[in-house]
Amino acid sequence: MRRRVFMKAGALSLVTLGLSPSFLRRGAYAMSHGAGGKGRVLVCLFQRGAADALNVLVPFGERAYYEARPGIAVPAPSAGAPNRALDLDGFFGLHPAMAPLLPLYQRGLMAPIAAVGSPSSTRSHFDAQDYMETATPDVKGTASGWLNRYLAAKGTCEACLVNGAPSPFRAVALTAQTPRILEGPSATVAMDGLDAFALRATNVDAAARIEALYRTGQADVVHASGSEMFEAMKLLRSANPQQYAPRNGAQYPATPFAQKLRQIAQLIRANVGLELAFADVGGWDTHVNQGGATGQLANRLDEFARAIAAFVQDLGDAMADVTVLTMSEFGRTVRQNGNGGTDHGHATTMFVIGDGLKGGKVHGRWPGLAREQLYEGRDLALTTDFRAVFAEVAARRLGATSLDAVFPGFDVSPAGWLGIA
Amino acid sequence: MHVGAHRALAAALLASLAACAGGGGAGVPTLAPSPELEAVSALPRELTEDQQALHVLNRLAFGPRPGDVAAVRAMGVDAWIDRQLQPTTIGDTALDAVSDRFALLAGSPADLMDRSPPPAFVRRQMQRDGDVPSADDSVRYREMQRAQGQMVAQLQASRVARAVGTERQLEAVLTEFWLNHFNVFVAKGPTMRHYLPQYERDVIRPRALGRFRDLLGAVAHSPAMLLYLDNAQSMADSTHPTLLELRARPAGGGRMMVRRRGGLNENYGRELLELHTLGVDGGYTQQDVISVARAFTGWTVDQPARGGPFVFRPGMHDADPKELLGQRLPGGRGIEDGEDVLDLVAAHPATARFIVRKLVIRLVSDQPDDALVERAVRTWQRTRGDMREVVRTIVKSPEFFARAAWRAKVKSPFEVVVSASRALGARADSTPRTAVAIAQLGQPLWGHQAPNGWPDQGREWMNTGAILNRINFGFAVGANRLPGANPGTWNAGRDLARAPRATQVDHVVQELLGGDVSPDTRAILTSGSHPLGDAAARSAAAPAPADDGSMTGAATPPNAMMADRMPLAATRPAPGAGVGAGAGAMARAGALLFRQLPALTGLPQVVALAIGSPEFQRR
Repeated sequence: MRRRVFMKAGALSLVTLGLSPSFLRRGAYAMSHGAGGKGRVLVCLFQRGAADALNVLVPFGERAYYEARPGIAVPAPSAGAPNRALDLDGFFGLHPAMAPLLPLYQRGLMAPIAAVGSPSSTRSHFDAQDYMETATPDVKGTASGWLNRYLAAKGTCEACLVNGAPSPFRAVALTAQTPRILEGPSATVAMDGLDAFALRATNVDAAARIEALYRTGQADVVHASGSEMFEAMKLLRSANPQQYAPRNGAQYPATPFAQKLRQIAQLIRANVGLELAFADVGGWDTHVNQGGATGQLANRLDEFARAIAAFVQDLGDAMADVTVLTMSEFGRTVRQNGNGGTDHGHATTMFVIGDGLKGGKVHGRWPGLAREQLYEGRDLALTTDFRAVFAEVAARRLGATSLDAVFPGFDVSPAGWLGIA
Repeated sequence: MHVGAHRALAAALLASLAACAGGGGAGVPTLAPSPELEAVSALPRELTEDQQALHVLNRLAFGPRPGDVAAVRAMGVDAWIDRQLQPTTIGDTALDAVSDRFALLAGSPADLMDRSPPPAFVRRQMQRDGDVPSADDSVRYREMQRAQGQMVAQLQASRVARAVGTERQLEAVLTEFWLNHFNVFVAKGPTMRHYLPQYERDVIRPRALGRFRDLLGAVAHSPAMLLYLDNAQSMADSTHPTLLELRARPAGGGRMMVRRRGGLNENYGRELLELHTLGVDGGYTQQDVISVARAFTGWTVDQPARGGPFVFRPGMHDADPKELLGQRLPGGRGIEDGEDVLDLVAAHPATARFIVRKLVIRLVSDQPDDALVERAVRTWQRTRGDMREVVRTIVKSPEFFARAAWRAKVKSPFEVVVSASRALGARADSTPRTAVAIAQLGQPLWGHQAPNGWPDQGREWMNTGAILNRINFGFAVGANRLPGANPGTWNAGRDLARAPRATQVDHVVQELLGGDVSPDTRAILTSGSHPLGDAAARSAAAPAPADDGSMTGAATPPNAMMADRMPLAATRPAPGAGVGAGAGAMARAGALLFRQLPALTGLPQVVALAIGSPEFQRR
């Protein structure tokens, strides 16, 4: 693994200056390219716990849907009536709590995908998440996540180099730990939030000394990571992403997930070289009392949809260079269970959001919900491998070329793509 | 490998096992001394005597406590190693006293299940009985959930307490190694936590320095592993008769084709080969994986919901003949299939090489020396996988005491926190707070979801966020947030807090950084403004939480995250509805660790800088 090593002479004096030459270069770069930059940004959002796809993207045209879910089905659309599915194409509708995203669909910015997911038969959250993040279904112990392999395969665009090195903010997870999807040899940043990415020392003296300790000494992985961290911190401090208030009247909910999206938007605005961002949100494992048009799942969807809608509104025209990709490890049983909930299922739904997509259309072949059409007699069958979506987004939205290295063991030829991007 | 050669090798392996079967059972076999090892261990060591003492404390223990280096020197490095290799001869009364405080972990899995059943089971039972939950039931339900979290809190805390406090340091180091090698995950189902005390205490630790085959077998029979890697659910698929069906069938009768629910699960079979024994490049095929999985069908757990033990079920076992690794297992057999597979893979040369290599990476260097690996493999073969002798070969080698190995390892978060506790003379912490700090740095114990375990190479642990967390951890220690380790009164007998900065730095460099730092580092620690022994230094130590050493902390906010599936909250947000809350509470616990750190000056600052320094990240 190659990691850049910042070794600076006269560390103490540099430290006290507070600004590094690479920062100054970066500032000049940001000025010349303006907001939005030239890089393309992928924002991956993981709904952990297996969101109930059938109540997110509601197949209201299926009689079997209502038969299987007498207590929790979302009613078919009806003009002017509340608490009903929001019609997309006469067959599918969005859950009413997803109303903030309906305009995106209508404007062609959002492409829902039905019956997509992992070909693995596992119904374990943990295995399925692992498979989705490594993009190697049924292969455990894959060393790296696919987003990190994407970074490694892509290299860095020449124009994005700072002092011959990539931005410390190429890939950022708004999570305490590096998520599986970003694990691997390429440097990434994991942070709870922009505010948390700071030294806790309250006196300059201690902060200056600790930085000096990492700026001197041998050129090894420890010093390198430390130097990268201080670079990132300085870049963050000077770019000051927190200065960017939401634009265009965007209103983010006051929830942790929504605030992560707000911070991702700030990083994009601040032009710190962001290429990949990741955030996740839990609460989808609705075994009990999940509700229908209202209730537990509706509340989760409300936050989810409002957060994404605010993000899109905030970025405005910049969405031409930004793609949002949502995922969940699998779907849930077609039939409601004895507790007014659903159990672990198979195929799920994903959303791709961005300007310039073939949105405004539900993608993916619908396999039907009749008994003989179900996977193992109980779950929505799979018609699209999630890797086909990942690969298409990586190639057509991000310009990735070495797809074989990113998706080992998967046929990445465009013949298998849905034509979303 | 050529198929024919492979078959011959496997046959030879089995034959040699059969030949040995009578010899080794009654204890440690007498070993002929190895002339090679004697010659090698007589070679000069590159490290000085002082460095050797510190080196063994950093590699074969979780870092030195005050006075440890001198003690090892006095005893002699080799004598210290020999003693550590015989852990049952080392008294451990101080730790025993701490262990008594982890009352929730005492007893068998069935005891734990009796005391603290998963709330979901109780709820389901009530639903079956048609009971309508009352308000009281809701309160009880929440208490039961909290109890589940407290079990996990104690599971984590007890591992940290042992690493900090045990005199049997090498046993603890190797127990951690094997717990990671045979990784299991606390949130794999609601019953897993009830099996984990047994897994650590009865399965792994007693065999940490034993024969590999014994350890492998104990793990294969353990409910924790059977549940974690789904073998408990694996059964003959409908194309093969089960042993029960075979026995019921009249002699010469036709094949029965039975439709069954469920079928083969390859999970354990694959990981047994890939992660536990041969290694991913160990020369097995997908067909081998399937055959191994078939051999282990019927190895399951009797009533896991009641904390039941291992059981072999003939009604699940695939009784057809199998071929694996070039070896044929005849049909019509039962539990012997799995035992033969364990014999075969434990004796396989690829296993010796794979495990030895991992041990050398753990104990010596991220770039394992081939000559050392081969020498230790020969010890493995000579002793038939006696880990005590394999480890002895590794840690008494010139490679172990080579300059190249000196500080060559990057500490894991566990090692950072435990070594800081030990260096500051902390007692073993019976509260969950130290374990929370480790989780905060990215290594929640029992919290690694995938079967490959935590990484053991430095580059995996180093990233921007990790360094920041470690630096901030150093500041938190400086602010007296690490239980039992007060940097303001540390080594109070020497009145360090009032000593000149240079004296403080000398002492801290000696105790925390092994006395060996660059002139730059020493200058940075020493120079500049440094109020000596002033009020700031004392106030830095003041606002820390009281280390009352009790478990009362388990009900307070830092442990609220232990509720439900907490531990994963610190790795990656876990699935499930209750997990978002767990992650939030974990963040709050971390916030407590780092909250409102005071300006650090004087001795606490020197300690904080030392623990956050690049040098302290190495061992």
